[in-house]
Amino acid sequence: MLIYGLGLLAFSYLAGQLFGDVLGEMIGVQANVGGVGFAMLLLVLLHNYFQKKQWVKAQFDDGIGFWSNMYIPVIVAMSASQNALLAFNNGILPIVAGTLIVIIGFALVPLISSIKTTTHS
Amino acid sequence: MNVISFFEKNGMITSFLIIAIIMLIAEQISTRLLHKKIPGSAIAILLGLLLAYYGGMITGGEKGIADLPLFSGFKLVGGSMFRDFCIVSTALGVSFPVMIQAGKAGIISLALGLVVSFVVGICVGLAFGYQDAESLATIGAGTLTFIVGPVTGSALGASSDVIALSVATGVVKAIVVTVFTPLVATKIKLDNPHAAMVFGGLMGTTSGVAAGLAATDQKLVPYGALTATFYSGLGCLLCPSVFYLALKALM
Repeated sequence: MLIYGLGLLAFSYLAGQLFGDVLGEMIGVQANVGGVGFAMLLLVLLHNYFQKKQWVKAQFDDGIGFWSNMYIPVIVAMSASQNALLAFNNGILPIVAGTLIVIIGFALVPLISSIKTTTHS
Repeated sequence: MNVISFFEKNGMITSFLIIAIIMLIAEQISTRLLHKKIPGSAIAILLGLLLAYYGGMITGGEKGIADLPLFSGFKLVGGSMFRDFCIVSTALGVSFPVMIQAGKAGIISLALGLVVSFVVGICVGLAFGYQDAESLATIGAGTLTFIVGPVTGSALGASSDVIALSVATGVVKAIVVTVFTPLVATKIKLDNPHAAMVFGGLMGTTSGVAAGLAATDQKLVPYGALTATFYSGLGCLLCPSVFYLALKALM
């Protein structure tokens, strides 16, 4: 049943986000800490368990797969509702700082991923 | 009968239709005009940003095109709930061994991403003539993400125009990551899960990382999201406390 897959996804999402919110509150910040990450781990672990128990039957995965295929459309909607005007109408400082950090970040990506790959293998 | 209020009432469904049309146009531009040199998803996201700018110009609101009644469903479909729900759903494609192997690099990139962003923000703030630790820390925090900036600013009692600057910096970062990630991906070897986790930790802006990776290779999204999801929370923890105190001690 498709709805069971969707239900599992919803459960994982809610439990993960709740944990992230509680964790944020515990360390005293006004933000969610790792909610999406915990939800992802929970979904993978529960799905594995469900598979072992042979509860994953026809269409179960479609309830989850639909949403991963909706990912790009949702991201398009997200970028269309960004405060893009604010980014360019606040003078030069935000543009300089926001661009500079991304350039540095891009430069660091190959550096850090290469260091770790060599020490691991 | 008011046509606009009809679409507003059916906002979520209307947004599905509009997004489908945007995707279709983007796909056609990609195949016919650009011979698939730039993926359709990247063009669709870019079109989205243009719509956001246009919407902001007309309405003066904060939600881009979603502030127009016809596009009001974009608030929901493009909001953090749908975004995070979709990110979580991509987790089924994740390989645990790869994730664990990249874990160390992910944590290092996360720590480095937080510190480097803060320092870069402070340097730019200094270059623009800001002298007080509160303003500098707020601008540095905004260079992390547009969530960390205002959280830090209000915690430290920074002025409202400095807080606005910090939000704008975070938004610029998200947009620049979105637009340029697919263009530089091959140059920075961002073509495997390991690099995607490092990328997520270094950039941290969930919106930017999610959109940038989506336009590059959808398979990499969950790996990038895995590290990026910790970034804003840790930033809100560190910026008004450890980072601010370190900055004050140095000044």
